[in-house]
Amino acid sequence: MSDAATALFTHLPILLIVWPLGWGVLLLLGAARSSDHPPGSDHPETSLRRERWLSLSGAAITLLGASLLSWDAAHGAIRVYTLGDWPAPFGIALVSDRLSALFLLLTALVASSALVFAIGSWDHRGRAFHPLFHIQWAGLNGAFLTGDIFNLFVFFEVLLIASYALLTHGLGAARLRVAFGYVVVNLTASALFLLGLALLYGAYGSLNLADLAHRTAALEPQPLFLARVAAALLLVVFALKAAAAPLYLWLPAAYSAASPPVAALFAVMTKVGIYAIIRVHWAVWGGEWGVLGSAAFGLLLPTAIVTGLLGVAGALAARTLSRQIAFLTVASVGTSLIGVALATPKGIAAALFYLVQSTVTVALLFLVVALIAAQRGEIGDAIQPAPALRDPVALGLVMLLAAASAIGIPPLPGFLGKLYLLEASLDHPGQSAVWLTLIAVGALTLIALARAGVTIFWHTHPKRITVWPSGDSRVLMQPVVALVVVVAAMTLWAEPLYRFTYAAAVQAADQTAYARVVLEQAHGYAPWTRPYDGTLPQTEPREAP
Amino acid sequence: MTLEGLVASAIGIVTTVAVYLLLQPRAFATALGLTLLSYAVNLFIFVAGGLWIDAPPVLDAGRRLSTDPLPQALILTAIVIGFATTAYLLALAVRRFAVTGDERTHLTPKHTEDAR
Repeated sequence: MSDAATALFTHLPILLIVWPLGWGVLLLLGAARSSDHPPGSDHPETSLRRERWLSLSGAAITLLGASLLSWDAAHGAIRVYTLGDWPAPFGIALVSDRLSALFLLLTALVASSALVFAIGSWDHRGRAFHPLFHIQWAGLNGAFLTGDIFNLFVFFEVLLIASYALLTHGLGAARLRVAFGYVVVNLTASALFLLGLALLYGAYGSLNLADLAHRTAALEPQPLFLARVAAALLLVVFALKAAAAPLYLWLPAAYSAASPPVAALFAVMTKVGIYAIIRVHWAVWGGEWGVLGSAAFGLLLPTAIVTGLLGVAGALAARTLSRQIAFLTVASVGTSLIGVALATPKGIAAALFYLVQSTVTVALLFLVVALIAAQRGEIGDAIQPAPALRDPVALGLVMLLAAASAIGIPPLPGFLGKLYLLEASLDHPGQSAVWLTLIAVGALTLIALARAGVTIFWHTHPKRITVWPSGDSRVLMQPVVALVVVVAAMTLWAEPLYRFTYAAAVQAADQTAYARVVLEQAHGYAPWTRPYDGTLPQTEPREAP
Repeated sequence: MTLEGLVASAIGIVTTVAVYLLLQPRAFATALGLTLLSYAVNLFIFVAGGLWIDAPPVLDAGRRLSTDPLPQALILTAIVIGFATTAYLLALAVRRFAVTGDERTHLTPKHTEDAR
């Protein structure tokens, strides 16, 4: 590999954060200038078109970067980028491995599709859509790449701050009402997150994930107790971000009120919570059987089962399609968390597979529902009879495909994901509960979506209505088709994808290799600072991990 | 009463008040509760490195005692983020009040159904 290529791959983790963030700022400057149209400036239409092209090209480069990083990670190397060249655990390290790469690529695929969809319809219905979109993307990338738990908090905040504003995109009373609750819930969770971090720092004297993994075994009983409390607190926070029962109540209201492209992007946001549980509670602390094996992780399986069932119950009761899809997001979170709760490499691999396909499916559903709603006039996405759609065949087929994958009908990836989950739970004591839940969730999803589909596509009034303008439908169909292609690709190449998720799970579980790579520069020089005695810590070399 | 006991009770009392305010059904009280909660959390981070009297947060080989400097850096980050999000929350609350004319924070089913 040439020097330039080596340098590119070395800096790829930081580029994937700095690029979208910088692009967001650049777009913000443009947006600020174009909002007040002084005489002699460009026509608003021209500046909007320029902003769209800028935004698209930035997104294309981020997508390319995420693909390159995934291609690189597929070879199995763990790459560490130390910010300012301060060796971990003193400085902040960005770590990219298969697990990070999988989430980065998923985010890039869903975000690019949502962005193209927004360009066809929604981006001009509020201010600063494109800057916020890229900043949220930067926050997502950062959360998936960071190897430091305080830095994880910071990136959570970056993506949340952007999401607070994106949720209100398009304004309107309903969005403003919902956004207030959403912000309050997330700020409260952030406070809990900080409490957990303070406890962790008190116990370990370090916040680097590799260092936490490496030091847990040597903790004294009292700090170990603090670390357990912190682990439980963090699990609550991550469960809230992931929308696990009973902390999911914020999600259906927020996601169904958000504009469709924003909702599609938000489909990735719940996955940050699941990623954090996998990374922190499973990879660093070894799940249920780790030294921190707290009662909290044991509660994850019942929680996941209840989340799946309540999510699908909500989908059955929903009176609008977007609300139904939002509840199906909750159900998919529950299903993925079942795999996480199994706490075996197989379980995690199945959970990752299910999570990837369900995120794409949910994003696709949010976009299709927006197209359907646009052709039904004032009735919108309410599940009730209305005049026939303008093009029922194309929309119906896409809806059918996405719904079939959400239900889990072979040979679609939703079915394969559930199959892997069933297989992973074979020797687990909770096997019967897991099987019953997965089958019940599938059957109830079928009922919910079939009812909605029959009402929307077949119970039509004969009379025609004047159709609302819904933007450029040719542009709007592109991201939908792209996501359909992704679903089809996941069907055809399910086996390689599963092998990748399995390798990601195995790699994430290998704490020794992770700690060796991340702490390479500093090992021997990272002293214990606990218990802290107010004096300079000893810097005698200790044994290499 | 020890210093630790005093600080711990202070954090406890502030948190109690914050939780009480957070549970009020009005936007202003909620925002106030969140602010108080972030104060309590910042104090909590502050004591994560232990309480030290008459010791600067700078490691110095010549000096006998110094406090753990990292929690203070963490608080700084937490304060900045907390300040920005609270400011956004207040702006949102004002906008929300201007549009809906309603300061109550609860959602009825009708509100969520109106989302479209």
